[in-house]
Amino acid sequence: MNHAEAKRMLEVTTPTDREIVMTRAFDAPRDRVFDAFTKPELVQRWLLGPDGWSMIVCDVDLRAGGTFHYAWRNDAEDKQFGLNGDYREVARPERIVHAERFDQSWYPGDAEVTTTFEERDGTTIVTLTTLFDSREIRDQAIESGMTDGVAISFDRLENELG
Amino acid sequence: MELLGYGKIPAERLNATFTALADPTRRAILVRLAAGELSVTELAAPFAMSQPAISKHLKVLERAGLISRGRDAQRRPRRIEAKPLAEATGWLEGYRQLWEGNFQRLDALLGELPGAKRTKRTKHRRK
Repeated sequence: MNHAEAKRMLEVTTPTDREIVMTRAFDAPRDRVFDAFTKPELVQRWLLGPDGWSMIVCDVDLRAGGTFHYAWRNDAEDKQFGLNGDYREVARPERIVHAERFDQSWYPGDAEVTTTFEERDGTTIVTLTTLFDSREIRDQAIESGMTDGVAISFDRLENELG
Repeated sequence: MELLGYGKIPAERLNATFTALADPTRRAILVRLAAGELSVTELAAPFAMSQPAISKHLKVLERAGLISRGRDAQRRPRRIEAKPLAEATGWLEGYRQLWEGNFQRLDALLGELPGAKRTKRTKHRRK
């Protein structure tokens, strides 16, 4: 692994019982990374999940008290699902706190997500901390939603919805 | 849904497992043990490291339940314990892969945005 690849490695950890923390470096200034996380026309180009999915709805009202609504669709499988959220804190370009829930969630309660953007020498380090109501819920969120491999992770969610 | 059953893994054990896996020497040790039991001397041989240093790594792996000791009292060979490793790698790997896919697309997007820094880092390996 060369240096650039090492810098871009995604770390996923569970530092406490109720959290999932992801850390990733991006080779761009903080303003741009913040935009890519919050401007619908940019978000729709990368927040897609496994191959075959597109983001068909991305409504963002980026302010404390504002809301967002995302929806994804897989045409080949004729499936779709949505994610709704409320912004609790918006401090451009360093920090966003929001609560989120899937349309027909497979785990109870909201997850609270804190996203921080730190710039060091033109590189931006993004840390996404997702806080669940309990360890059981966190584990359930990872377990039924995401961990059974990329190919079928969203399919499982869809089956839950179907 | 209790697909892999890792909802039951105590958090402390997962923490110990991840700490153990965080070190490249310890990962190399596991790779070698995956092929079969080895004594501490045999394990130390390819590493530019003293036997006590290797023993220290082995202790961390043992505490995490990733390795155990074989029956031969003379050689005291170490062997890999497959289950905790499978639990630890399965636990977050799907989640990590899902987001890594997203973030690789984001890397490409950031490279295209006007005014984005142009460095050789934006050259991506083709699949």
